[in-house]
Amino acid sequence: MKHGKLLLSLQFAFTLAVCAFLVVPVVMSILAGLTVNYFVGLQSGLTLRWVFEVWDAYRDTLFLSLGLALACLALTLLLGVPLAYLLARSRGRLARAIEELLMLPVAVPGLATALGLIVAYGGFAGFRTSAAFILVGHVLFTLPFMVRSVLAVLSVIDLPTLEEGAASLGAGFWQRFRDIVLPNCRNGILAGALMVVTLSVGEFNMTWLLHTPFTKTLPVGLADAYASLRLEIGSAYTLIFFLLITPLLLTLQVLARPRRQSFAAPDNTIENAS
Amino acid sequence: MMQTVPIALENCAKTFADGTRALEAVNLEIAAGETVVLLGPSGCGKTTTLRLIAGLEQPDAGGRVRFGADDVTALPIEKRNVGMVFQSYALFPNMTVAENIAYGLRLRRQSAAEQRARVGEMLALMRIERLAERSIDQLSGGQRQRVALARALAVQPRVLLLDEPLTALDAKLRDTLRFEIDSLLRELGITAIYVTHDQAEAMALGDRIVVMDHGRIAQVGAPREIYQQPASRYVAEFIGTMNRLSGHADGEVFRCAGGYVAWPALPAGAQEILFRPEDTRIAADGEAATLHGTVGAAFFCGNHVRLFVEVGEAQPLVLETPARREYRHGEPVALAIETHGLMVL
Repeated sequence: MKHGKLLLSLQFAFTLAVCAFLVVPVVMSILAGLTVNYFVGLQSGLTLRWVFEVWDAYRDTLFLSLGLALACLALTLLLGVPLAYLLARSRGRLARAIEELLMLPVAVPGLATALGLIVAYGGFAGFRTSAAFILVGHVLFTLPFMVRSVLAVLSVIDLPTLEEGAASLGAGFWQRFRDIVLPNCRNGILAGALMVVTLSVGEFNMTWLLHTPFTKTLPVGLADAYASLRLEIGSAYTLIFFLLITPLLLTLQVLARPRRQSFAAPDNTIENAS
Repeated sequence: MMQTVPIALENCAKTFADGTRALEAVNLEIAAGETVVLLGPSGCGKTTTLRLIAGLEQPDAGGRVRFGADDVTALPIEKRNVGMVFQSYALFPNMTVAENIAYGLRLRRQSAAEQRARVGEMLALMRIERLAERSIDQLSGGQRQRVALARALAVQPRVLLLDEPLTALDAKLRDTLRFEIDSLLRELGITAIYVTHDQAEAMALGDRIVVMDHGRIAQVGAPREIYQQPASRYVAEFIGTMNRLSGHADGEVFRCAGGYVAWPALPAGAQEILFRPEDTRIAADGEAATLHGTVGAAFFCGNHVRLFVEVGEAQPLVLETPARREYRHGEPVALAIETHGLMVL
């Protein structure tokens, strides 16, 4: 009994230590962004000055990141959901191969993908200097996450039979897609959207190569701030990033929560009905 | 009132894209209001036939599907106005029971009031009124079955197609629902095509049974006809139990390892005779028995005993006898066979 209690306390202590290891840097970073002088410490006092400075200097990167994330989400929805549907409907070897190939941009280092894009399309100056160039990179990188999570949901339900059921009631292709396919992969779409938005907002290594001074995203700006400005400004920047991403994630998390399931009544309840 | 129609398949063969021949050219006519059961083991082509009628598959070139006077061969399922019940029910998990039943009506742009009335009617017909607002994953198998039927019937289809609708249910519930489906089909007078591999289900429900084998129709007929006058050994052995004796014809007597069977109508040259368990009995005391064997196994079933009698054949003879006396393994028994039940195929 005593031995068990000791073990439990040790496990608890270990869990706390791991949590602290992860949480302390976050708290430190937030505090650093709010202290007057980080090297003096907290006794120098708290201030919002750095946050406002970041807001003034880097506000554009924030809006660009948000815009990119939303555009990326729109494109992955338009491309990824029909693609997942097609992959789910076809059982051939080609479909499986496409499924595997889709993961390539995730497996290949982002720098390599970015270089590939620059080598191939860097010559089109208008395209190279626009945010669309970054968007292409983000879509390449996030599309597999959308396709995978929609596909995961579609492969659990017996989609072909559901569609045949709808067709037998008179539904044409688009009606089936709207009424049966989309609602039933809702959770997959939301889970995918969560991944896409988070990955796009936080993506650094590919974006770092693809960006121009006029198309800086939030993480690129952050690197910039840490490299060239006071630590407090970089930290305040991180704080803004947190404030931006946390509500976004929470909202999507709530939306993506699976519908509550309850157990089916046993079959003998039918006799009561008859 | 259902606007029900006769159905005709003309020369309907089906070869799948990978070259598999699922169905040889089949001709079949189904009268309006008739219940026809497509029966056979898996891979016999019964489901393919149903899917051709539904419009989920297209027949090979030359095949025609007619609903009454309409040639519907080229129409996809959504334009054929059929009601279909699937083995897995195919209920939409994103809709409640009532929304599932209303879906076909919604597609037909019926008003909300019309939809509500029809859904209420269907819920009452299937006695599932209290399930209306449930979601599909809150339903038991039997309840799903009823919702699937209600949904298929709500749109007043020209024909009702049922693909092994009871296979996923347990035996007791299957009996109850089989009875209900039977009364329902009779009450509605709708043309119905029912696919099953269960011969008991086929005999109970079908006005006619279509026995299928390797993509061909082996026999079409009323259940009684199929049972009593099977057209082939395949049909004889698929429907019910069949006893078999092998030997040779000797005038009006068939001689076999266990003795002989006298049959005035015995065809010359017969090498095998067949008969049902119910035409086989233990000979009465003092009766001059001509066939002898030993008890191989005796299963007590309460109201009767199912006896397996070894008579020197590959398969023991099967018969049912009153459970009044006990049979021991190895006990010698004398058998009598009703002459009117004998057949040669």
